[in-house]
Amino acid sequence: MNFTLKIWRQESAKSKGKFVVYNVSNISPDCSFLEMLDILNQQLIDKFEKPVCFDHDCREGICGACGLYINGRPHGPDEDITTCQLHMRRFKDGDTIVIEPWRGRPFPVIKDLVVDRNAFDKIIAAGGYISVSTGGVPDANAIPIPREDADLAMDAAACIGCGACVAACKNTSAMLFVAAKVSQLARLPQGRIEAKERVIKMVAKMDELGFGSCTNTGACEAECPKNISISHIAKLNREYIKAKIF
Amino acid sequence: MIKPDPRIPEGPLAEKWTRFKATQKLVSPSNKRKLDIIVVGTGLAGASAAASLGELGFNVKVFCYQDSPRRAHSIAAQGGINAAKNYRNDGDSIYRLFYDTIKGGDFRAREANVYRLAEVSNNIIDQCVAQGVPFAREYSGLLDNRSFGGAQVSRTFYARGQTGQQLLLGAYGALMRQVNEGNVTLYTRTEMLNLVIIEGKARGIITRNLITGKIERHFGHAVVLATGGYGRAFFLSTMAMGANGSAVWTAYKKGAFFANPSFVQIHPTCIPVHGDFQSKLTLMSESLRNDGRIWVPRKKEDAEALRNGTKKPSDLTEEDRDYYLERRYPAFGNLVPRDVASRAAKERCDAGYGVGSGLAVYLDFSDAIKRLGKKIIEERYGNLFQMYEKIVDQNPYETPMMIYPAIHYCMGGLWVDYHLMTTIPGLFSIGECNFSDHGANRLGASALMQGLADGYFILPYTIQHYLADEILTPRMPVTLPEFENAESESKERIHKLLNIKGKQSVDQFHRKFGLMLWELVGMSRSQNTLKKAINEFAKLREEFWHDIKIPGSNDELNPELEKAGRVADFIEIGELMARDALQRHESCGCHFREEYQTDDGEAKRNDEDCMYVAAWEYKGHENEPLLHKEPLIYENIKLQTRNYKI
Repeated sequence: MNFTLKIWRQESAKSKGKFVVYNVSNISPDCSFLEMLDILNQQLIDKFEKPVCFDHDCREGICGACGLYINGRPHGPDEDITTCQLHMRRFKDGDTIVIEPWRGRPFPVIKDLVVDRNAFDKIIAAGGYISVSTGGVPDANAIPIPREDADLAMDAAACIGCGACVAACKNTSAMLFVAAKVSQLARLPQGRIEAKERVIKMVAKMDELGFGSCTNTGACEAECPKNISISHIAKLNREYIKAKIF
Repeated sequence: MIKPDPRIPEGPLAEKWTRFKATQKLVSPSNKRKLDIIVVGTGLAGASAAASLGELGFNVKVFCYQDSPRRAHSIAAQGGINAAKNYRNDGDSIYRLFYDTIKGGDFRAREANVYRLAEVSNNIIDQCVAQGVPFAREYSGLLDNRSFGGAQVSRTFYARGQTGQQLLLGAYGALMRQVNEGNVTLYTRTEMLNLVIIEGKARGIITRNLITGKIERHFGHAVVLATGGYGRAFFLSTMAMGANGSAVWTAYKKGAFFANPSFVQIHPTCIPVHGDFQSKLTLMSESLRNDGRIWVPRKKEDAEALRNGTKKPSDLTEEDRDYYLERRYPAFGNLVPRDVASRAAKERCDAGYGVGSGLAVYLDFSDAIKRLGKKIIEERYGNLFQMYEKIVDQNPYETPMMIYPAIHYCMGGLWVDYHLMTTIPGLFSIGECNFSDHGANRLGASALMQGLADGYFILPYTIQHYLADEILTPRMPVTLPEFENAESESKERIHKLLNIKGKQSVDQFHRKFGLMLWELVGMSRSQNTLKKAINEFAKLREEFWHDIKIPGSNDELNPELEKAGRVADFIEIGELMARDALQRHESCGCHFREEYQTDDGEAKRNDEDCMYVAAWEYKGHENEPLLHKEPLIYENIKLQTRNYKI
C-alpha cells in the first residue's frame, strides 16, 4: 500500500511548527501504524534527516504512551484501540493521512508529535490514591466487595492515562480521566474513607492546570481506547456535589 | 568465605527472614531524613520501593525514562500474581509456593531468597487490596483465583487480563502520594548513563534529560536499580521498545557481578512473527492455557494444507489433531512450565507440523466455549481476544489463535546477596534486573510477585541494615572528582556515538544483531553456535562503533541517540550471554544445550557439576570476564528431575 503523510513537525516547545508531506510506499496491510512511521523514519535517517519523534513504548495498547491525532481523531479511525494497535489495513491504498500531536493547552508540544502530559501525574499526585502506607493492612479477604462494585471499579481502573479524552474534547477537559480514578476508588469500601477530600483535591488540581469544563458532548467516551464510560463522569459529579454540600 | 558471599542468615529456612528482621540494624526517624536514596526505574519494583522508602522518611529521588512512572513495562503484565493464601483450600502453603518456584526454576535458584519470596507473597495481596487494586472477585465478594503453569493449585490473583497494570497503578498511586508529600522527587524522561563510585561505595548516578540532553549528577547514600530485563537485546521481544539493559550493564562495568546472563525466558504463547517490518511481539497471557488447548496437525500434509490455506483448522477432526502437550505431559498438560511448552512448540514446528508461516501452533478455545459458553470466556479473556483480533485480524472465538514462543523475561541479572545488594556496596538491585528468585525458568505470575516483594517488603528492611552505618556520612557535593569523571565518561561516549556518522541506522543494526542472538543464543544452543556468537558479536561491536548513523544532536529529544546507547550495550550483553551459556555444561530450565538432552528430547541437568550461580566479573574492555561460582545448596528440598509427565 502507498500513503501520503501530512505530519506535524516542530523542533521544540518554543519553535513554530508546520505540516510536512512525506510519501511511503510498499506498506503491508499487516503493518501497524507505528511500524509504518518506523519505515518513514528509516527513509529519513537514510537521508541523514531527523526522524519524526513520537511517544510509544509497550506497543501493545496498555502503557498509554502513544497518542497521535490521526485524520482528526485521537488514536485514528479504529474503535477501542490505541495508536500502536492501529493497523494499516484500516486505511485505503493511496490515502492521505494527517498526523498531529494531541492538541490542548495543558499538553504542550515537546517536539514533533510528542507532548507533555505531566499534568496527569500532578492530578494523581493531588489525591488519586488511597493513603495507605506499606504494611499493617488487614487480610485481603477481610473486606468483601460485591462483585458488581469490583467490576465497575475495574471498568474505571482500565484507564491508561493516554490523554485521548482531553485531546478529543473541544474544551480540553480532563473530566473522564479524573472521573475514572474517582469512580474506581469511590466504589470500593477502602476508597470511601477519603472520598470527599480526594474528589475535591483532584478537581481543584485539574482546574488549576488549565483543563476546561465538561459540557457533556461525549467525545471523550467515543475516543477512549479503553471504552471508559461517561457514566463515571456522572459518578464524579455526584461525588463532587456530595463532598461540597454534606 | 565464598566470593561472592550471599550473606544468608543462619537458622532454619522458615525462620531466616524473621531472624534477619529481628536482628538487623535500623535507622532512626531523625536520621532517615538525612539519608538520600536513588531509585532508578518505576516499574513494580522501583515504584513500590520508592514509595515505601519515602513513607519511611528517607529522601528519595526516583528516575524513569518514560514520560510518567505509570508507563513502566510492568504495566503490560497480563495474567496474574501468585500468593500462598490457600483461599481455595486446595493444599497451598508457603512451603508449596517455595517448592514450586524452586522446582519451576529447575533447581538453579537460592533456597533462602525463594522461601522469603513465598513468605511475603501474602502481604502483597493484602497491600494491593488496601490500595484499591480491583482484583477479580467471586459472587461472595471474596477474591477469585486462577491456575497458572507449573502449579497444581490455584493461587494466582488477577484483575482481568490487566493484572500488571492494576498493580503498577497501585504502586504508582503510592509513589505519587510520596511525591505530593515531598519525600520523593520524581525525574521523568530521564535516563541513567553512569554509576558514581566513591571509595568503593555506590554514591550516585549520572543522568541525561531526554528532552534537553542535559547531563546531570545526582548523589545518593545508596543507589537502587530497578530497571527491568535486557530481553530487548533480541530486537523482537514482548518487552517495551525502550526497555534496556544499560543501567545494569554500567553497574557491571563498574564492578557489580552479573549472574546467569544466559537465563532468558522464552514465553510459549505470543503472537507469531508476521513480517520483516515488525517491531515488537505481543504476548498472549499464560492464563489462556487454563482454557485453551494447544495443538498442531497430526499429519504433515494437513499442516501443509493449513499453511497454504487449502484447509481451515475446523476441517480437521479430533483424530487429526495432535494435542502434543497433553500427549507428552499428561499430568500438567497445557499447563506445563513455560520453558517446556516453548521447546515443545519449537520441536513440532521444526519437525514440519507448524501452521501459519510454519512457525506457529494453535491455541484453541472451541472446547472451552462449548463447555462454559462464550460469555464466560469473554469475561475471562475478553481484552486478550480483542488484542489478538486487532493485530492478526482473526476472531479467536471462531478460529483458533496462532501462537509461537518469544523472548519475554530475564531470569539473569545483577548478582545480589540475601540483602538484594550487588557486589558494589550500596548498590542494590530489585525486581527483574536482579537474578535472584527464578533460577533457570520463571513460573507464570511470579514476576509481579517478585517485583512487589522486593520493593514493598524486602528492600525497605535490608537497605536500612546498610544505611545504619551511613548515618554519619554527610551528603556529598556532586563537584567531587568521581562525579566529574563519571560525567566526562558519559559525555565522551555520546560525543563518540554522534560523530561516527556511518551508514547503518540503529534499528537496522539492532534487527541484524537481534536475529543473530535469537539464532545462536536463543531457544536451543550448542557449543558451535555459542562460539560463533562470541566471535560474531565481537566483530559486530567493532562494526557498530564504526558504522552507526545518528542524525541530530545531544541537545534535543533524540530517540536515535537513546537507542544507539542501548544497542551498544545489548551487543556486549549478548556476548556475555553466549559466554555464560557456553560454560554451563548442562540443559536446565530455559537454557537448552543440544549436547545435553535425554533420548526423548527433555533437558538433561547436570547437578554434579553445574549446581551454581554463574557470577561474572568485568575485567576490562580487552580482557575476558572472570567467572565466579556461588554454589547452590539444597537443604530443604529434595533435588529431582523435573517431571511434568506423571
